[in-house]
Amino acid sequence: MSPEAFAVSPGAAACPVPYSDYREIVLAHGSGGKLSQRLIQNVIFPEFRNDLLAPLHDGALLSINGARLAFSTDSYVVSPVFFPGGDIGKLAVHGTVNDLAMCGARPLYLSCGFILEEGLPMDDFRRIVRSMRDCAAAAGVTLVTGDTKVVDRGKADRIFINTSGVGLVPDGVDIRPSRATPDDKVLISGLIAVHGIAIMSVREGLQFETEIASDSAALNGLVEAMLAACADIHVLRDPTRGGVSSALAEIAQGAKTGITLDESKIPISEEVKGACEILGLDPLYVANEGKLLAIVPPAAADAVLAAMRAHPLGAEAAIIGEVTAGHPGFVTMKTRVGGTRVVDMLSGEQLPRIC
Amino acid sequence: MKYLDEYRDEGLAKKIVSEIERIVTRPWVLMEVCGGQTHTIVKYGIDHLLPPQVELVHGPGCPVCVTSLEMIDKAHAIARRPDVIFCSFGDMLRVPGSESDLLVLKSRGADIRVVYSPIDCLKIARANPDKKVVFFAIGFETTAPSNAMSVWQAKKQGVKNFSVLVSHVLVPPSIASILQSPLNRVQGFIGPGHVCTVMGYREYEPIAERYKVPIVITGFEPIDILEGALMTIRQLEAGTFEVENQYPRVVNREGNRIARELVNKVFEVCDRKWRGVGSIPKSGYKLRYEFRDHDAERIFDVKEIATREPDICISGLVLKGVKKPHDCPAFGKQCTPEHPLGATMVSAEGACAAYYAYGRHLEARPAVEAA
Repeated sequence: MSPEAFAVSPGAAACPVPYSDYREIVLAHGSGGKLSQRLIQNVIFPEFRNDLLAPLHDGALLSINGARLAFSTDSYVVSPVFFPGGDIGKLAVHGTVNDLAMCGARPLYLSCGFILEEGLPMDDFRRIVRSMRDCAAAAGVTLVTGDTKVVDRGKADRIFINTSGVGLVPDGVDIRPSRATPDDKVLISGLIAVHGIAIMSVREGLQFETEIASDSAALNGLVEAMLAACADIHVLRDPTRGGVSSALAEIAQGAKTGITLDESKIPISEEVKGACEILGLDPLYVANEGKLLAIVPPAAADAVLAAMRAHPLGAEAAIIGEVTAGHPGFVTMKTRVGGTRVVDMLSGEQLPRIC
Repeated sequence: MKYLDEYRDEGLAKKIVSEIERIVTRPWVLMEVCGGQTHTIVKYGIDHLLPPQVELVHGPGCPVCVTSLEMIDKAHAIARRPDVIFCSFGDMLRVPGSESDLLVLKSRGADIRVVYSPIDCLKIARANPDKKVVFFAIGFETTAPSNAMSVWQAKKQGVKNFSVLVSHVLVPPSIASILQSPLNRVQGFIGPGHVCTVMGYREYEPIAERYKVPIVITGFEPIDILEGALMTIRQLEAGTFEVENQYPRVVNREGNRIARELVNKVFEVCDRKWRGVGSIPKSGYKLRYEFRDHDAERIFDVKEIATREPDICISGLVLKGVKKPHDCPAFGKQCTPEHPLGATMVSAEGACAAYYAYGRHLEARPAVEAA
């Protein structure tokens, strides 16, 4: 009897149990991967549907009396609140500044909402607020409005922060995921997977020869330098939760183009690579802060790369792949040993609450 | 990275592939035993590098995938209890039981924690004296020493509120069971490097002899797998059937004596149910009687839970190497890592999950050869 004699009908393939849609929110809904995308597309977007929300970009692009504004919001729940290279306040300022910068906007004003757990030491709170003040000043944005709520002990984990922000999009700048065009080059501004591993090493008590510190940084200065080299940058994206893979897979889906990567070109430090091996994580799915992906026309790629490398936040920038007409909607990668594989969005949750 | 990059070298990979191409004269079916090896093969596209005569089928070596539905249901019954902190390796959280998975139990308020080592559970147990801390001790011989150590330490240190739900499985009986099957197609094995790090490879010698199959104990990096495949094919072409060691930088014939002794002190061999496969005699470990105070099955009285596996389950055929993941009509459609229908889709080491993660459901399906 040949194995093919075992015909399997679709019904019979329902092996152990068809546990289908989650009826509750699970942590993976916040992963930045497939479940997050599905939650937005199936539950949130159908109710809020409008043309400005539809592109599902890092921020909305609004046109008011001829001025083009970018508007974005993000919430921060990282645990631990303080970690090597930063704290929750720093992430909260940088995150929204970067979301605006990824729209090509010059970030201007931020709002800030605190949800504080009863019992949070005042010194910790003061340290976070001061960190936000310093980061905002360095990024050239002003915190202009805010709100504070306190909840019972156990109803939040020390402190949650929401920031929203607005920025102005300069004339001639049009940055959207859907502008990815075949033959465009894909650039990354530096070493990947640093932030996620920095958080994880604190949580797991991992010690390395050199401490891995979060790379959280405001990217608006770097974006300005890149736009000066080429105003026609097609796409920008900061690959935070879900990592480089999820960000590129989302762009490929949105633009209905393919993307191919060359694994040997993707910059990663020895420490991070080692930590990923130990923890069994794929660095392509580990979160970044202070890094950006850029998709630029091929003729401008070298100029943009040079501008990135001349900036302190882009010293290790590299061209890691290109946009293709083939395999629309999917990212493939030439692996280190010469094979190929598809790089999909994060499925499930690698590390919860990292930002 | 030193000691790893050498085993991911494109030039070396090409050399081994051309050597395989040079010596292969007819089709061969090889099985890699471990889930970690399956993962490497698909992650690096190794099967695409090999000549078409060489077919790799994926073995039973994913501990998460082979854990029986019944054992998952027992775990869920324990994890649901308000007096329990249930600790597990991350992969087990999404394995569907009869009613839900651990992620859902967690979202409903169960205290479920992911640990990287069972030893961490002892810390949790000491910090939570009013709770009962249970570790889901799954895995092959590879994880047995650390799981045994956690129980050994708990007994020695008097950590009374720590117990383990043991669902250990063993490789040699599962290989023998595959070779005995009338459906068997496997002609040579890329053997389990990390299992043999602990156990050595003496116990594979009678299997190679009895079933006349070459078994090459192999590592987990791309170059290891290619070299393991080359050594297996070399034997097949020459008509020999020996146990060879591709992974001598880690494995020796005797294994790790200290680890083996500890495992033998804490565990004894028992019959074990495998998901999708059924019961295999003497294919698992259970706690020895002296450690019964740390036996979660006994403490929480879940021995009576008996779940019948569905009659037809392709994950069993995948685990036995009879079917490939994309032979399943549900693969990548109704069955995805977010909505796993079968265990092989759940664990990162599961063949279906590896196929899915690296996009095999997106590739054109190869033409099925005439049977």
